[in-house]
Amino acid sequence: MDTLIETSSFLFLLIGSFLCISGGVGILKFPDFYTRMHAVGVTETLATAMILIGLMLQNPDALVLLKLLFILLLTLLIGPTASHALAQAAIKNGLKPELHKK
Amino acid sequence: MLTAATLAILIVMFMAICRVVVGPTLYDRILAVNMFGTKTVLLISLLGFVMGRPEFLDIAIVYSLINFISVIAVLRYSDSSIFHHSKQQK
Amino acid sequence: MRHTISLSLFLAAFWLLNSGHYSALMLSLGAISIVTVLYIVHRMDVVDHESQPIHLTLKFPVYYAWLIKEIVLANILVVKHIWLSNKSITPTIKTIKASQKTDIGKVIYANSITLTPGTVTVNMEGDQFMVHALLHESIEELEAGDMDRRVTELEN
Repeated sequence: MDTLIETSSFLFLLIGSFLCISGGVGILKFPDFYTRMHAVGVTETLATAMILIGLMLQNPDALVLLKLLFILLLTLLIGPTASHALAQAAIKNGLKPELHKK
Repeated sequence: MLTAATLAILIVMFMAICRVVVGPTLYDRILAVNMFGTKTVLLISLLGFVMGRPEFLDIAIVYSLINFISVIAVLRYSDSSIFHHSKQQK
Repeated sequence: MRHTISLSLFLAAFWLLNSGHYSALMLSLGAISIVTVLYIVHRMDVVDHESQPIHLTLKFPVYYAWLIKEIVLANILVVKHIWLSNKSITPTIKTIKASQKTDIGKVIYANSITLTPGTVTVNMEGDQFMVHALLHESIEELEAGDMDRRVTELEN
């Protein structure tokens, strides 16, 4: 049982780190502000969730677990709100997105 | 594995700093600073586990709240002229 | 009244979670701060069905379970396109229509769109959402209206 929890925690942390790095590559590589926002979206949703779940599996203490859950909920609430506020400010101030040409 | 995840987060934070320096627009910089902040929250929680001190989680909660408020506070000034996007800023 | 009770329960849980001390002094300090917060919030007149959507409590788990599945799928898609070349992405901006009646329904819908990586609600006016998508397919998926229908069911 312990080995199972250890292994799954390891896997969650590994996937989380990979997703984080992907988001970091995305923010450097994508061509304009609006596309970079999607890369940040990856690191704010699934990557954070994976790393925090991996940490939750490491610790049996109920209070620590609840705090990790709270950080996760907070990140999931804050992420989209900040993205939306930023995108709205950008479009209102005339930053044109680079669109795909057919 | 905890150390490896911490290293990965540090690399991502470095990438975000690169984007803050490169720009090119103000919004890219705010976006990268916001991402830097959320990664800091993760880094603090991970470091708490690496050092065996889960009390660090309280700091992480406070940091995520401050991070959110700072982004919203900066965007409060989005009506002012430096936020208006023009070609010269590039 | 229901909303006040739910808010005070939430605040009590929040205090207990963050303090972790259960001595009489700490608990009484917690009770005092909860009462203070309730007083201030009542003066601000923000305790209503919008800040405390308890009428949706039973429907939330089903919707959010579905949303988590969508988030995971969208994440895989976006990560795939991060590692592919920049030519594979097709950034699109499009205005889509939301069929929700209440404000809270619209907010849940816009928030769900932004929470799913690959699509961001840029602006909303009335029931018209301006959505920026990394891939053209994500917009088509939103236009097909599965998420829209589920949020509308949620608010009814």
